[in-house]
Amino acid sequence: MEFEIVIGLEVHAQMLTETKIFCGCSTKFGGAPNSHTCPVCIGMPGVLPVLNKKVVEFAMKMALATNCEINKSCEFARKNYFYPDLPKGYQISQYAYPLAEHGHISLDVNGEQKKIGITRIHMEEDAGKLMHDEHNPASYVDLNRTGVPLIEIVSEPDMRSSDEAADYLRRLHEILVYLEICDGNMEEGSFRCDANVSIRPMGQKEFGTRTELKNMNSFRNVQRALEYEIKRQQYLVENGETVIQETRLWDDAQGATNSMRSKEEAHDYRYFPDPDLVPILVDDAWVEKIKKDLPELPLAKRERFVNDYQIPAYDAGVLTADKALANYYEEVVKLCSQPKAASNWIMGDVMRFLNEEKKSIRECPITAKSLADMIRLIEEGTISGKMAKEIVEDMYKTGKSPQTIIEEKGLVQITDEGELIKSITSIIEANPGQLADYRGGKEKLFGFFVGQVMKATKGKANPQLVNDLLKKMLAG
Amino acid sequence: MELHQLTIHELQEKIRSGSVSATQITESVFSRIDAVEERVHSYIRMMKEEAFAAAAKADENIKKGDIKPLTGIPIALKDIVCTKGIATTCGSHILHNFVPPYNATVVEKLTDAGALFVGKTNMDEFAMGSSTETSWFGPTRNPWDLERIPGGSSGGSATAVAADECIASIGSDTGGSIRQPAALCGVVGMKPTYGRVSRFGLIAFASSLDQIGPFTKDVEDCAIMMNVLAGYDPKESTSVPTEVPDYRQFAGRDIQGWKIGIPKEYFVEGIDPEVNAAIQKTIAVIEQSGGQCVDISLPHTQYCVATYYIIAPAEASSNLARYDGVKYGLRAADVRDLLDMYKKTRMQGFGAEVKRRIMIGTYALSAGYYDAYYKKASQVRALIKRDFEEAWKKCDVILTPTTPTPAFKIGEKTDDPLQMYLSDIFTISANLAGIPGISLPCGFTSGGLPIGVQFLASHFEEGKLIQIASAYEKNAKIEKRRPAL
Repeated sequence: MEFEIVIGLEVHAQMLTETKIFCGCSTKFGGAPNSHTCPVCIGMPGVLPVLNKKVVEFAMKMALATNCEINKSCEFARKNYFYPDLPKGYQISQYAYPLAEHGHISLDVNGEQKKIGITRIHMEEDAGKLMHDEHNPASYVDLNRTGVPLIEIVSEPDMRSSDEAADYLRRLHEILVYLEICDGNMEEGSFRCDANVSIRPMGQKEFGTRTELKNMNSFRNVQRALEYEIKRQQYLVENGETVIQETRLWDDAQGATNSMRSKEEAHDYRYFPDPDLVPILVDDAWVEKIKKDLPELPLAKRERFVNDYQIPAYDAGVLTADKALANYYEEVVKLCSQPKAASNWIMGDVMRFLNEEKKSIRECPITAKSLADMIRLIEEGTISGKMAKEIVEDMYKTGKSPQTIIEEKGLVQITDEGELIKSITSIIEANPGQLADYRGGKEKLFGFFVGQVMKATKGKANPQLVNDLLKKMLAG
Repeated sequence: MELHQLTIHELQEKIRSGSVSATQITESVFSRIDAVEERVHSYIRMMKEEAFAAAAKADENIKKGDIKPLTGIPIALKDIVCTKGIATTCGSHILHNFVPPYNATVVEKLTDAGALFVGKTNMDEFAMGSSTETSWFGPTRNPWDLERIPGGSSGGSATAVAADECIASIGSDTGGSIRQPAALCGVVGMKPTYGRVSRFGLIAFASSLDQIGPFTKDVEDCAIMMNVLAGYDPKESTSVPTEVPDYRQFAGRDIQGWKIGIPKEYFVEGIDPEVNAAIQKTIAVIEQSGGQCVDISLPHTQYCVATYYIIAPAEASSNLARYDGVKYGLRAADVRDLLDMYKKTRMQGFGAEVKRRIMIGTYALSAGYYDAYYKKASQVRALIKRDFEEAWKKCDVILTPTTPTPAFKIGEKTDDPLQMYLSDIFTISANLAGIPGISLPCGFTSGGLPIGVQFLASHFEEGKLIQIASAYEKNAKIEKRRPAL
């Protein structure tokens, strides 16, 4: 039987505000346990939350970037459950009235644009962290993360493969990072994803029973977990068994999902409007102000790169995947006016160096100006492409400008015709046999002569000029 | 008269004239406490050392001519109000050892106004009760009859004022917890508009209903206290940035031409005949004072208690979830695992009434019941609010009895929660509507128990309440009695 896969994703993204959502504590990652806490975020008796307006603005940015409608009025609700990392015994979240709804983003699926619906985006506070002592029967609670602002982005069940799911996640991640509202760090938990997945026989309208997958801390693991889960569900259905609605945890080492709790064991969160907070009213002026300050988003940038710089869509995709990289590229192009050469050098050598050291473009020792200068020096014929390969590596290692490296190493290309003619003449004289063979029709020997000239000039001869002169002089 | 018997404004005059010192006032209050506290049990914890240190400081300031509205005035705080470095228990075993690292905003404001603190007063556990019998620290007794309850939940704050164990006190009112004990103890008690006095540092019972207010010996003192307590607090999202008038200027003004609404739903069967007689006399005094009493209707009154006993427990079930033994307060010993720790801590830490309300609230919020209970109650609450909005078109203030009966006997209603809940029948509506209310003495029963009258006004009209209460106080000429302790 052929099955259709149905996937919906819930993404939690940590907002990059300086302070927590309902108090003035720092949101910095790390720090000694419980050093970023106060009576409000550790839920002492009698304290009250006061909303950090920045969080609303950050969430509005994401809502606008994903084509959501922002509700004129929304409210916080309490999600009640007991756990030691939840000091109040409830999480302040949004429930019946979220900040934004009815959005979408577009994915490229087999060359066609496919819209993935965004059901809602809401704001909430993060919980703390438990640390278990392996040698003692004790657990410790670190509440530094408690009250760090999150947004939850819930998609419609619109994805039909694990590839689409992974692509959707990458697009969301890219937008969040572009908006500078989330650092996107999956390992530190700034970007987390839960997946709902089900299968149904091709053509069936009703959804199959879904399972919810948790604990996947990388794009790759999301994809692996989904693939495992799809296979598991198919196996069950094909063998006459039924899929149970439950929450399953991905086990990375085992490469499998395991049941965590069934529907019957699911919490009743007893949501109700938080009486300590007032409804958030968002007027058009506020939305307009946020809209005006939105940066160019990845998709728009990609299209602009293709149109303005005439580079292939593939190049534009690579260069815009990281906003800092795109900025670097644009800076180089501005200084050297050679979009394709700039793209080649960045996507080739520069990114290779960075990847080898797992560095980001922000840490690149080659400044945009240096790279642009180097590209201009090639264009002007001062150095050859081959020399440039060597120079760029030195630029990366030393951070020096190409001019300095050329000077230090005496690498300037020989473009003086007289000097080259002298050199070629002596090579022709020293190799009469080869000359005769060449003139006799063995044209392949042309390469031999080029090599000899390059050897004699230690590679500094301008290759184009050598070609032209050799052709003339070998012809006699 | 002894110093501890005087009002804030009387003591202020003496302080200004230099005839008494803050230390003398404090000595007088503590000698009174030594004499009567054992019988009344107004306090959970005394702050004697702190009080005398503050009095000494106040005396230095007085010498320098630096005299603030409450300089040298000994005030008692309900033990629901957080005090930095001083245990704040909320009358509960689960918080018996909790020492807040912060002050409630009202504590800061009172301190800034020169007040000194006598101690933390007894209360129903987590303010859940109408008799101060549910306190883990044992019951408080009514100074007028030690066999009777003082009302609640702010019973200790009411008795401390009634028994002259302080000059004024702070209480909190979620369904009548200031006004009801004020009535039963023969003192003045005000519940301000929701959002008028900061809730920051007030241990939450039902967040959408809780409000802090004062107990005083007369109406002018109530105005003085409100001048200090009222005002916007950026630490509270539901605090309202409305200008605070000088409440004292309303005291002494007449009520010529005012319309006083008498809601028919508040004069029903079950009301004690002596209470009814006292209220009728009050109505007559109001009319003699220039007020015109008009019949009004608050048609959804019959639903107030039911609505309240959904909303308040629902919020409480969530507010009290933080008492889990993890971070502070009681943690049960000898536990097997996390769940066992939660269960035992909460089983040992909470009393029966608190558990009952947590269960009611949890049930009301549960999936499948939310719409029928919490949501429905919220809708009825809106109707109750609308009743009042309609009423303000016909009258300036509303007059009702504060309680249907005078103080009942200790133990009389502890086995019958429903009867206990009905003692707040006239006070709950103000909390549901968010409006201010005041209770003040309007007579005594033949047995010598105080009776209270309640005035209600529209949002942020505390000034009107001060005005009518002071006009009544002046014209009623109720004999000054003191409990024979």
